[in-house]
Amino acid sequence: MISATGITKRYGAVQALSGASLDLRPGEVVALVGDNGAGKSTLVKVVSGVITPDGGTISVDGSPARIAGPHDARALGIATVYQDLALCENLDVVANLFLGTEPNRFGLLRGIAMERRARELLTRLEVRIRDLTVPVAQLSGGQRQSVAIARALLGEPRLVILDEPTAALGVEQTAQVLDLIARLRERGLAVLVISHNLADVRAVSDRVVVLRLGRNAGEFRTAEATQEEIVAAITGAADTGVADAGAADTGAAITGAADD
Amino acid sequence: MTELKAGWIRGRAGDLGPWPAIGSLVAIAAVLQSLNSRFLSPENLTNLALQLAATGTIALGVIMVLLLGEIDLSVGSVSGLAAVVMTILHVREGWSALTAIGVALLAAAAIGVLHGLMHTTLRMPSFVVTLAGLMGWAGLMWFLLGDGGTINLDFAGFVSGLSDTWLPPWLSWAIVAVLVLGRAGGVLVVRRRRAAAGLPVDPPWPAAILLAVQALLLAGAVLALSADRGVPLLLVLFGGLVIGLDAVLRHTVFGRWLYAVGGDAEAARRAGIPVRRIRVLAFALASVLAATGGILAASRLSAVNQASGGSDILLMAIAAAVIGGTSLFGGRGRAYNALLGILVIQSITNGMLLLSVDTDIRFMVTAAVLVLAVAIDSVARR
Repeated sequence: MISATGITKRYGAVQALSGASLDLRPGEVVALVGDNGAGKSTLVKVVSGVITPDGGTISVDGSPARIAGPHDARALGIATVYQDLALCENLDVVANLFLGTEPNRFGLLRGIAMERRARELLTRLEVRIRDLTVPVAQLSGGQRQSVAIARALLGEPRLVILDEPTAALGVEQTAQVLDLIARLRERGLAVLVISHNLADVRAVSDRVVVLRLGRNAGEFRTAEATQEEIVAAITGAADTGVADAGAADTGAAITGAADD
Repeated sequence: MTELKAGWIRGRAGDLGPWPAIGSLVAIAAVLQSLNSRFLSPENLTNLALQLAATGTIALGVIMVLLLGEIDLSVGSVSGLAAVVMTILHVREGWSALTAIGVALLAAAAIGVLHGLMHTTLRMPSFVVTLAGLMGWAGLMWFLLGDGGTINLDFAGFVSGLSDTWLPPWLSWAIVAVLVLGRAGGVLVVRRRRAAAGLPVDPPWPAAILLAVQALLLAGAVLALSADRGVPLLLVLFGGLVIGLDAVLRHTVFGRWLYAVGGDAEAARRAGIPVRRIRVLAFALASVLAATGGILAASRLSAVNQASGGSDILLMAIAAAVIGGTSLFGGRGRAYNALLGILVIQSITNGMLLLSVDTDIRFMVTAAVLVLAVAIDSVARR
């Protein structure tokens, strides 16, 4: 289990996180939701080693862990798929999967070994891409997202963090990616999904963690929570007692730019 | 092989690769041959081969930085400077030819590293860094040449011999045989290993046809050139560089990372690729290849002078890389683009000389072909 407890982070005059906590267990999909500026991205960056927090602790299986950079996070088995995917559009699927970690012998690429492992991995994840030798630029958004997720899995992680995995996708492709996330859970991985889309959150997550103004503002078992309860926690309406107005207007999808 | 299929898919998606260059090459050859029947004669084809090697080698270097999405405007000046350094060490200081060439190439590598470091650590645009290089290295070259302005190389010496050595027919055919059989063998081995690894294997026809066409072109070139003085060593050197760099770009980790950095530097950085080092290496390669081209040019002239590396060499090298199908925006291009592009450009130059047309017309025609090649590419990409 990977836990972040009492994380604080300040950017100049802005207190991005003031004591946020998060528990991630194997075989569970946790959705991290919150309005723009709630601190979702900051918390994710702390866990994935991109930024160091001002305070708080991160522990892995009960013992405190030091995450001073992305390398430390990767060594602990934490893989992150960012919203922009970080794929090289001019390279093919195989090249992107192994980017930066190409198997080689004396600097010579082992193309066949790479393609075989790529094919095995994508088949296991039930990702359908007809031709692995076309540049990634020619794939659909859902396929690209799948390639980025598959790449994160090559390092055999225990936790996969997905930043807005469905933000740029159409209905059918969103369904593909949500299926893929469900398969990650079946393989016993801990999954953390950041999303603005409550419909997707409800479809794929086991637990919803709500952040508001840098603090935990609620935690729900997805199966037991209503949409209104979650929205109320996001907007803070639960505190002020105007839950119904906010929930009805905001509807299923709280859209808007990502908060980073 | 998957290459042809991938090419077809890219073609449908708007990346025409080498096809515009091949098309214009055929068209130019047909027009020039119809205007002057000496254009495709063995003697003229030999001249063409000799003329294209130096600038073609420089174009190879330009491709290295174009793949990053950067530009190197200094390749002409660096080629001239390296040739002058080599000649001074060899002729005035009496160093052996190979040592002098080695030192000149090392000096060029240092220049390239300097360009790369200015670009990466000082974050100066490559355009500005190499524009300064264009002026600065030419200035240094003139300074080294001094008042005389010209240094002659021994006509019978090693350096001049590079461009006055001709392969006997048996050796030319042996090289063709090695290339064709080697490629066929490579294709077969890859097919067998793919099948053994349970990967899909394409039907053999496209690869076989491509190989047959390549073999015919090679055989035709050897036949034509052997009817004159033989295949020039200069062409073999250039061809070897093209084949070698193509292998480096496609089959090594360095090549893969170069494409990655050119395609999306931020994605490459996050994947753990040492982006700065790759950039510096690409600029170093560009300068070393430019120097190699400069030494080949000095060999052909048997001298260096104040015009070495000057006039239109830089423009032609960049135009060749682009006409050959290398993208200016990085991440797309192959080593053989240099060969194709320089064939197109040098055919125009050579044909115009045959027709006794002046430089003014030659520049306008070359410009038209450059515009046409890039326009076709841009339209196809939409």
